[in-house]
Amino acid sequence: MDKQTPLVDMRDIHISFGGIKAVDHVSVDLHPGEVVGLLGHNGAGKSTLIKILSGAYQADGGEIYINGEKAEIHNPRDARKYNIETIYQTLALADNLDAASNLFLGRELTTAFGTVDDDAMEAETRKIMGKLNPNFQKFSEPVSALSGGQRQSVAIARAVYFDAKILIMDEPTAALGPHETQMVSELIQQLKAEGIGIFLISHDIHDVMELCDRASVMKNGQLVGTVDVKDVTDDDLLGMIILGKRPEGVPVQG
Amino acid sequence: MQKQAKNLIDKLGLDVRLLGMIGALVVIWVVFGIFTDGRFLSPRNFFNVSVQTASVAVMATGMVFVIVTRNIDLSVGSMLGFIGMTVAALQVQWLPQIVGLGHWSIWIIAVFAAVFMGALLGAFQGWIIGYLTVPAFIVTLGGFLVYRGAMWWVTKGQTQAPLDPTFRLLGGGAEGTLGETLSWGFGIFASVVAVALMLMSRRNKASHGFTVKPVWAEGVLIAIAAGLIMCFVWIMNSYPIPKGAMRRMTEAQGIEYTDGLVWNHGVAIPVVILLGVAIVMTIVATRTRFGRYVYATGGNPEAAELSGINTRLLTVKIFALMGALTGIASIIASARLNAVDVGLGTLDELRVIAAAVIGGTALAGGAGTIYGAVIGALIMQSLQSGMASVGVDAPLQNIVVGIVLVFAVYVDIVYRRRTGA
Repeated sequence: MDKQTPLVDMRDIHISFGGIKAVDHVSVDLHPGEVVGLLGHNGAGKSTLIKILSGAYQADGGEIYINGEKAEIHNPRDARKYNIETIYQTLALADNLDAASNLFLGRELTTAFGTVDDDAMEAETRKIMGKLNPNFQKFSEPVSALSGGQRQSVAIARAVYFDAKILIMDEPTAALGPHETQMVSELIQQLKAEGIGIFLISHDIHDVMELCDRASVMKNGQLVGTVDVKDVTDDDLLGMIILGKRPEGVPVQG
Repeated sequence: MQKQAKNLIDKLGLDVRLLGMIGALVVIWVVFGIFTDGRFLSPRNFFNVSVQTASVAVMATGMVFVIVTRNIDLSVGSMLGFIGMTVAALQVQWLPQIVGLGHWSIWIIAVFAAVFMGALLGAFQGWIIGYLTVPAFIVTLGGFLVYRGAMWWVTKGQTQAPLDPTFRLLGGGAEGTLGETLSWGFGIFASVVAVALMLMSRRNKASHGFTVKPVWAEGVLIAIAAGLIMCFVWIMNSYPIPKGAMRRMTEAQGIEYTDGLVWNHGVAIPVVILLGVAIVMTIVATRTRFGRYVYATGGNPEAAELSGINTRLLTVKIFALMGALTGIASIIASARLNAVDVGLGTLDELRVIAAAVIGGTALAGGAGTIYGAVIGALIMQSLQSGMASVGVDAPLQNIVVGIVLVFAVYVDIVYRRRTGA
């Protein structure tokens, strides 16, 4: 797999906020059909790193290559051009708008007159929600009236609908019950089979062991290392997260 | 009984908030009607209230977007004065020297100048707010002082009058109306458009397989919409033009004036402008990407930004739009008075904000409707006109309006909490 051109290759990325090095010269990569877990404590810099890829932050330095070509990502619009879709931990939903308006936010379907076509968007939303979460029925209510799981499925639908090639999931199961978590796991397997590359940010080691092919661990803004999940144990990963210690006798990248 | 009423409202798909505001308006009208022995409910008074509402209501539609995006604009009253004074000076002093006094193009140039100037001033404020990230409260508080001062400098404080005769029609008055025949035509046209829009929306929904209202409910709504429009035109067409103005108008048209001759006002031009603005703004709010982004940004600025919306540029556009609408309001206000003095527009910013807020625009952002703001302006104006005609002192009028404003927002908060919206 390593011989292939990576889907995403982030090299030597660094960014500071007011003198604090949030991400300190970190390199990670992602291949098609692969799930890479990003692990670390709160404040380790994993969300910041990923927000640079999604265009929410601009790195102070470093380069991003998409399919081997240098990518210029200055804002979320640029990221969408590279088919990078993100499910944020906060979900990033406009609570006062309905599911369809949120799903198509920034990419509205329009009529021949150039006006937004709410009916067409609702019809599309009904279709995709029918696949993702068949129980979902509240199409005309603002998303503030939805449950945590329903809101999550709107955010997921938004990322999946627009032919994502690279999917970033920031703690996708943090607010979910066991049943919904299972649904997200199945979705990840399905997307993976379709050749989509997924960055999965999580602090749940079991999630990572179950879903990911590789895991990149960060601590204090720095990359501890990237390992193949099948080579390591839970304890190895914990050692990396807590102590910043690379496991012995295992190939570690980065 | 209560359940039946709720069921009926659900079936008709009516907005409870809208019903509440209309209810408040009707109560105000009936109460003042009783206290004035019906004078308040005369066509004459409705005509005057409709004209007096226009200027503030036009600005209130723009203020909805400003407040929905969690901003505020305190400068609109001063800006209205500044634009009004500049455009008045343009008509009275500058343009006559270039194109000649009474030239046909003066009013057109004046109108474009007012709208353009407003858009420019608004865009500049929006740029400071969006790109330099100075809070809107501060920027527009500054604008409030700057424009009022600048207004004085335009003419060294001199009152500008009289304005161009054609320009003056935009402010209403006996001549500044559509006249009887055109008013009926306008009413029929507006009714047909309203019915067509409702039917189109129904067909579109049905084509996607969504459930639509029962046919009888749609029929009732269509009848109400067309009925209200025609009723309004009928009232405006029942207000006879006073004798003095009749003599002037018949003379201008070369018709001999006799005592038996009665003409009625019809719909005032500023009201036509207001309706046009309200319809365009409603379409912008509900049917354009720009409008969608305004509400999304108000609901969650971070989410809007992450969805690829350029919220800084959006702020510039919103304030430019607010400015352009202030320009239109300034045309109406100055044309109505046929003169501009340094006090024009004083306290208008507060009336405009109050109208938007009474109309259900939430200062927390994300919620507000154009029709709400227009009805809010109408409620405010009805209260003030009503109190004036009952003979309430000016200070007491302010006290009542102030209390009503706070009370209306409290009711709105309770309503939101109950419905969980």
